[in-house]
Amino acid sequence: MTVSPELDRRFRDAAAAEGLLDVAYELHDTPVGKLFVAVTPRGVCEIHYDADPDAEAERLARLFGTRVLRSPRPTDEVRRQLDEYFAGGRQEFELELDLGPAREFGRAVLDQLARVPYGELTTYGTLAERAGRPRAARAVGTIMNRNPVPIVLPCHRVVGSTGSLVGYAGGLDRKRTLLELEGALLGG
Amino acid sequence: MSVPPFERFYEEQQGPVLAQLRSMLGRDAADDAFQETFLRALRAYPTLEHGRYLRAWALQIARNVALDALRRTRVTTAEVPDLGSVDEPLPYEEVRRLTADLPEKERAAVFLRYGYDLSYEDIGTALGSSPEAARQAASSGVRRLRRKELP
Repeated sequence: MTVSPELDRRFRDAAAAEGLLDVAYELHDTPVGKLFVAVTPRGVCEIHYDADPDAEAERLARLFGTRVLRSPRPTDEVRRQLDEYFAGGRQEFELELDLGPAREFGRAVLDQLARVPYGELTTYGTLAERAGRPRAARAVGTIMNRNPVPIVLPCHRVVGSTGSLVGYAGGLDRKRTLLELEGALLGG
Repeated sequence: MSVPPFERFYEEQQGPVLAQLRSMLGRDAADDAFQETFLRALRAYPTLEHGRYLRAWALQIARNVALDALRRTRVTTAEVPDLGSVDEPLPYEEVRRLTADLPEKERAAVFLRYGYDLSYEDIGTALGSSPEAARQAASSGVRRLRRKELP
């Protein structure tokens, strides 16, 4: 028996309104493709390019608890801010984050990453230095690659010491698109 | 077998749950009960220790929600079909009062049969048993009522 979209939406809203979800998620269309956006009651826990929603739900259930449900309402604020960012009207995100269990160094690097301003570039080495481990540029690369909330934590602003883009979990085209949007790659 | 994310549970069980609720409550009341069923499931979900028998678990919750809804319903104008030894048709509330002391399964069967005029097939679905078992529960409930003094 098919559940009507209205009935389905009512339940998904009610589940969130009653505070019963460990994780709420929604898929959101942006100029860099469809993003999987997930939040816990404490903040944004994941943004993912090209996600397989079932696989992501499994992963988030292991990290945050089994009550993972597609429920748009709790993700409204982060999706609104993403829209503003892509429209060019927002340079800083005002969102709580819930990065789950992260190693100390990883957390220190992500903290430093959060401070890299809109439209500016930094290098893996610089971030490593600011996080207190100047020789750990390669480890910083790994941490960038596993950044749970790309765009909001701007790992796209981190490039190699020669200025090459190096890599991006969402693909180099997207890294370039984001940097152009921010005016960081003039004519690049 | 580990407990799946709630999203998968909800996608897999929503059809069977809605079908059961409609057979017990009709279309409109089933919509309200649908939401309540999955909210109850969501509240209890962290207590699940494995992912087996989730269909049976979901339908059990749906059944409980539907029976609660039936208990709450006030249909004072409803007339009750022949209750065997009773001369006049009893109002719905009366069936409720009369059956209050019966064992749970017999009470539900008598109530659904005479208070709601459901078929034994529907009652079987509601109670998670065969139509024949539902018929037996109803008739044993009626026999039990006959042995008591009716006011």
